[in-house]
Amino acid sequence: MPPWFVVSERRHDMKIAVCIKQVPTREWQPRLNDAKTWIREQDTAFEMNEPDAYALEEALRLREKHSGEVVVCSAGPARVQQVLREALARGADRALHVEDTTLAAADAAVTADALAAAMADEKFDLVLTGLQSDDQGHAQTGVILAERLGIPHSTIVMDVQIESGALRIKRELEGGWFQWIAMPLPALLTIQSGINQLRYATLKGIMAAKKKEIKKVAMPPGLKPAQEIVALALPTRSKQTRLIEGGPAQAAQELVTRLREEARAL
Amino acid sequence: MILVIAEQRDGVLNRASWEAVAAAQSLSGGMPITIAVPGASTAALAQQLAKADVAEVLAVEHASLGVYTPDGFTMAVQALIASAAPAFVVLAHTYQARDFAPMLAARMRATLVTDVIAIAGTGTGATFSRPMFQGKLVATVRPGSSSPCIVTFQIGSFRADAVRMGGSAKVTPVKASIDEAAIRQKPEPPFQEAKQAVDLGQAERIVAVGRGIKSQDHLPLVQKLAGAMGAEVAASRPICDNGWLPMERQVGSSGQTVAPKLYVALGISGAIQHLVGMKGSRTIVAINKDRDAPIFEVADYGIVGDLFEIVPALITELEKK
Repeated sequence: MPPWFVVSERRHDMKIAVCIKQVPTREWQPRLNDAKTWIREQDTAFEMNEPDAYALEEALRLREKHSGEVVVCSAGPARVQQVLREALARGADRALHVEDTTLAAADAAVTADALAAAMADEKFDLVLTGLQSDDQGHAQTGVILAERLGIPHSTIVMDVQIESGALRIKRELEGGWFQWIAMPLPALLTIQSGINQLRYATLKGIMAAKKKEIKKVAMPPGLKPAQEIVALALPTRSKQTRLIEGGPAQAAQELVTRLREEARAL
Repeated sequence: MILVIAEQRDGVLNRASWEAVAAAQSLSGGMPITIAVPGASTAALAQQLAKADVAEVLAVEHASLGVYTPDGFTMAVQALIASAAPAFVVLAHTYQARDFAPMLAARMRATLVTDVIAIAGTGTGATFSRPMFQGKLVATVRPGSSSPCIVTFQIGSFRADAVRMGGSAKVTPVKASIDEAAIRQKPEPPFQEAKQAVDLGQAERIVAVGRGIKSQDHLPLVQKLAGAMGAEVAASRPICDNGWLPMERQVGSSGQTVAPKLYVALGISGAIQHLVGMKGSRTIVAINKDRDAPIFEVADYGIVGDLFEIVPALITELEKK
């Protein structure tokens, strides 16, 4: 059990961290860099990684219930300030930004190590992340971070309950099954999309966010990636898709005919 | 050597574990393969796995492995790795593997490549393909030199029936090395939220709806199309998260897996979590405004366009005599 645990239990409020990644928007059409090893960032619009937005919302709800502080943390290039500012506008209290241009395409091991270096001294009671990022999608960063911080974790979490310092969470299993798990605080949870209903920033929140602190932290030296992207490409189709053209009525007619006569599916 | 970690619950093997064995055989390039099956009592399962063409199967047993915890499983597998020194550790990319494999990798400073869909080359020179950017792109990834390299394979990317059988693997019981006091998670028994009133797995046809429907108010349009096709209505995860349709209608890794005669995907982009639940369908139709949506990769028929124009036209067409 980490040494700060006793200290944190004496307090009546919770210090919660939320790790947020900035990823290309859902509407983004993939464009590759010249080396075809990463995306063309200059053509890309970015937004808050969706599961991380649910993690932030869960943290804000826990703060409303238990009082305390929500600190948003991101490891990325200068552009990620946009999502940190947005999180502050939704209600987070302050932000930590591990800034380095190389973090844009960093793997989970480097991202987790960079976050761990910035977060270790903060001694958070609870750390929340989204269950995976919508860009590289390793689904590793949160769990590696827990190990680096020396705290227990659970993943794919759909409910968080804290009563008198005891944490009990609902974990999603496959095929519609769930499970409650208890564990000591401090802990790290990776949050599943849909755990709550998201709030959006109010004008008042946006104004207040301008005065909130985003603390920049240098990336620790010597972080080594665990893996390297040697090529990025559009996926090859496993099936020959027949694209049906024409106006709605014409396309509908052709599709129904093909489903009846060719596929015999109707 | 390659160490495969098989997954079981209540004495039943996860089918995806056979897929992991097939992936390991494809990766091996002559390296011997050992399968380990952790649990409270796994000797019978080890006998089943020993029918595969592998060198050895380890029944890794400990009372505290009867119920899965990330701490317990990490300790057990870490001890196996320490004694066997595998070049690769292979698992299926299940929710359980997602929960403990990163902890194992972090603790051992090993490489972890997740959600792999294809292997190029064999042995330590291999590279791995994995989806990125929600399946819009596929990355070829070269693992770093830190050993072992842990790899999780996306469910369905290797076929369970492709496992080479006919081996005469020896089965070895192993007492797992676990410090029970170091297990921090205390799990309760798994449960289902509600009795599944709809068994989508039995439906002949399914009309499924995704984010493209935009509002709950548009669901009657989808229901009307389903009625005209003799289909059940299903949905991708965001629709059920919003409460627009009950969770029991959800298709995908966290919902039901279906393989109907006809699957019509309306405004579903095709995130992998959805695709794994439906790509076995016999005929797949995708209707989506985004020409590059990954759903078109698995579709037999596609219409690029506005579903609010195409669905009414389809209903009209189906209702014609």
